[in-house]
Amino acid sequence: MYRDMVRARYFEQRVYDLFMEGIVKGTTHLGLGQEAVAAGFAAAMHPTDMTFCTYRGHNHTLLRGAPMAALLGEMAGRNNGICGGKGGSMHVTDVSKGAMGSYAIVGAHLPVAAGAAWAAQFRGTGQVSVCFFGDGTTNIGAFHEALNLAAVWKLPVVFVCENNLYMEYTPISAVIAVEHPAANRASAYGLEPLVVDGNDADAVHAMALDRIERARRGEGPSLVEAMTYRHKGHSRADPGMYRPQEEVDAWMAYDPITIYRARLTAEGTDEGALAAIEADADAEVDDATEQVRNAPPPDPATLITDMWADGGSAWRN
Amino acid sequence: MAELTYRAAIARGIAQEMERDPSVVMIGEDVAAAGGVFKTTEGLQARFGPDRVRDTPISEQAITGAIMGAAMNGLRPIGELMFSDFLAVCWDIVANQIAKTRYMTGGQVSLPLVIRTANGGGTRFGGQHSQSLENWAMAVPGLKVVAPSTPRDVVGLMAAAVRDPDPVIVFEHKKLFAVKQDVPDGEIVDRLGVATVVTRGSDVTIAALAAMVPVAVEAAARLAASGVSAEVIDLRSLVPLDTRTLLESVSRTGRLVTVEENPRLCGWGAEIASVVAEEIMWDLDGPIIRVTTPHCPLPAAAELEDLAIPSVERVVEAVLRSR
Repeated sequence: MYRDMVRARYFEQRVYDLFMEGIVKGTTHLGLGQEAVAAGFAAAMHPTDMTFCTYRGHNHTLLRGAPMAALLGEMAGRNNGICGGKGGSMHVTDVSKGAMGSYAIVGAHLPVAAGAAWAAQFRGTGQVSVCFFGDGTTNIGAFHEALNLAAVWKLPVVFVCENNLYMEYTPISAVIAVEHPAANRASAYGLEPLVVDGNDADAVHAMALDRIERARRGEGPSLVEAMTYRHKGHSRADPGMYRPQEEVDAWMAYDPITIYRARLTAEGTDEGALAAIEADADAEVDDATEQVRNAPPPDPATLITDMWADGGSAWRN
Repeated sequence: MAELTYRAAIARGIAQEMERDPSVVMIGEDVAAAGGVFKTTEGLQARFGPDRVRDTPISEQAITGAIMGAAMNGLRPIGELMFSDFLAVCWDIVANQIAKTRYMTGGQVSLPLVIRTANGGGTRFGGQHSQSLENWAMAVPGLKVVAPSTPRDVVGLMAAAVRDPDPVIVFEHKKLFAVKQDVPDGEIVDRLGVATVVTRGSDVTIAALAAMVPVAVEAAARLAASGVSAEVIDLRSLVPLDTRTLLESVSRTGRLVTVEENPRLCGWGAEIASVVAEEIMWDLDGPIIRVTTPHCPLPAAAELEDLAIPSVERVVEAVLRSR
């Protein structure tokens, strides 16, 4: 998990730098500071399990095994992009690794994750869907429709609310009538209120294993609220100035990678091993960057490919 | 050969595909135990079991989202939206997610799914349960759109929709549910994107869809009595669109009248008119005329609704005006 968190951290820092350089275009929603949620869950999933995430989905997609260069290429609109440059930062997907898509309309992917879990239940595949979303999602209708359906049908899906305290620029506390946006809503669907320290990778992993295996046993869905914090603003356009400095300082000091590294050291992990993980991640990010810098833009012919299953986009004869 | 209503043909078409392919499943509000509020899915749960034919809560986003997710993971699901007007409450899932996901993922995701929905007016239900919304779906890249006009076509086009590897919306017309027709026994499977010439003619082409097809056919019969030979084309499918049949017909007759239940602005007839104008303008002997509902919501009162939806008289008048 340390390796995963470091890879995700270094990768997204590079995404930020390349955006400033004009290589990565459009927008980005970074998960810097929220790596422990992605790492803890990814480590608890089977290869055939399915991840559904939001536009803040770089970490989740990477940690399910998507190649770093192809992810970066997608954000830069290069032909080595994992979606051929047609998705962009907000839609990174690697179906071959069970990363079933990044969805950019808040709430939309919760019923989709439930549907994939329904197919797993129907076909008896033993797969579990894990669906990540932000605290702001708990106020949109699709959240409630999906939770209800999943609960009534006892679907093998784990819904994971990454509560980073802000829905875009507004404190979540200003727009909900309860303390916990997810956990306090769980009882409406007959689910347990589950809150976990989302910056503690071990705690996340233990929770993830428990809830994923419970789903796999046919015991129905879970709703987990992971308390965390984003180091940056909501998206590239947002410097995050609305957040009190003391709050930012406190959370920066409670960085998931720093505390995990200290724990590993205290438990006797060799400093050299940790440094090697960091050097490997550095090299991987450099290599991905180099590949993207050298990649051409997508072939113009691909503008009108891949709308239909036959590879084309014809609407008439 | 057996006489079948349009409503019973829906259940027959679905049953034909569920019998053939165990990955075909269906969900929706009241579709299972109750057999559908329009009785279009009667008997399916008893025949195929509660796992394959399943009732849902009143949750259109959950229905459409669930069939999308299920299609991503090995099923060929059918989701029913009770009225097509309810597309508006799940338009994000339909237009942003289902329609775009294959393209946005560079072809990684296949969505072999069907959305069935009761469409159209003439039933005095008022403005939120009567709309003809096939033109909404037609406007979104990534959705296929069919609208059968006869019981036989319901079976054949339903089968084609279920077997299609892409998302298809089947608009079932409420006004046609009680219509009866002799339908051949055995398997019926059509191809999407094939229009049919329902009435042969040489003076004018009338293009129609769903409940407007019988209106156009009746108009053609009346026109024949006054010496005008009208050809009626049932488009059957808007995406893909059989422009070949349409252009061949119009280039022969020299005139085109479209008959749509859509409100005037951006109805599908406008797209057809533009194809004809761009490609065979010089074969035309008169202006293209669109017969549509006015640009207003559909009213509930019988006298007002009948004024709004294209009638045989209005089609006859439009054809005579095109000459």
